[in-house]
Amino acid sequence: MTAPVATPLAAEPVFYLADEHAHAEGHSTMLGFWIYLMSDCLIFAILFATFGVLGGNYAAGPAPKDLFDLSLVAVNTGMLLMSSITYGFGMLQMQQGKVFGTQFWLLVTAVFGMCFIGIELYEFSHMIHEGATPQRSAFLSSFFTLVGTHGLHVTFGLVWLFTLVVQLGIKGLTSANRRRVMCLSMFWHFLDVVWIGVFTFVYLLGMLR
Amino acid sequence: MSANPHTAHHDEHGGVHISLRGYLTGFVLSVILTAIPFWLVMSGVIGNKSATAIVVMIFAGVQIVVHMIYFLHMTSSAEEGWSMLALIFTLVVLGIALSGSLWVMYHLNVNMMPVHDMRQLP
Repeated sequence: MTAPVATPLAAEPVFYLADEHAHAEGHSTMLGFWIYLMSDCLIFAILFATFGVLGGNYAAGPAPKDLFDLSLVAVNTGMLLMSSITYGFGMLQMQQGKVFGTQFWLLVTAVFGMCFIGIELYEFSHMIHEGATPQRSAFLSSFFTLVGTHGLHVTFGLVWLFTLVVQLGIKGLTSANRRRVMCLSMFWHFLDVVWIGVFTFVYLLGMLR
Repeated sequence: MSANPHTAHHDEHGGVHISLRGYLTGFVLSVILTAIPFWLVMSGVIGNKSATAIVVMIFAGVQIVVHMIYFLHMTSSAEEGWSMLALIFTLVVLGIALSGSLWVMYHLNVNMMPVHDMRQLP
């Protein structure tokens, strides 16, 4: 890294780097990805605000008490929590440079993620079967939008997970792949953070309404 | 900016220390912080609903912080502080969007409500 070149002769202050120094490839990826996650966070903030405003408008339709099964939500939360810790194990394996171990734990994470999506789809289909469709009331519209957006994020996270497992198999733990695993780690844990908001504000507080 | 290119290169993990202990601590704390609010709501131990709601929200807040620290490895020094700055900015916007929406729409609802109780109408 070159220091700013200040010529003592001119004695003029230099306010910029005289020459562009080389950056390692992907040196700013993590920060950039974090800023993407923050923008994603704003999407969820707006959806939470929408749910907060409309969550009580049942239009004489079903209320959270009639629809939600908290034990199912608890199981679902457990799935996502388990997938978070198994991803952590994958990160530790990657740190030790073990390709197979990383792939293994990523796949375990994917299994928990798929269980989560499966349970959520079961819940949705159950609700729709009972007539609690997104069109039924403002509460249900905002519910399906918020929880569905989260589910969609997890689904795309799964696509990314499987892609990464294949890439790890082909290229191994190259620095690009390490970066990808770390980005997905942030994405995955971030989705778990959003889920804390969902199960608290949508399900638990919904049951208390 | 660090003067030594080698230290910059070692920051490939974002300068964070990933450890089994950290992940396990975060996991155990999360399980506890998830189980208690579910138990509170499902069993209804606290008779008062709004009191339960406040306790549940506090647990959610604490769990989010736990996830940030142990899973997302958030520190004030990550990426030379830029991560934290982005996070704080997002939280401010989030707070404005949430509280503003709820506040304005609540008052709108209150003022638009029919004054009469519908059941009293003939």
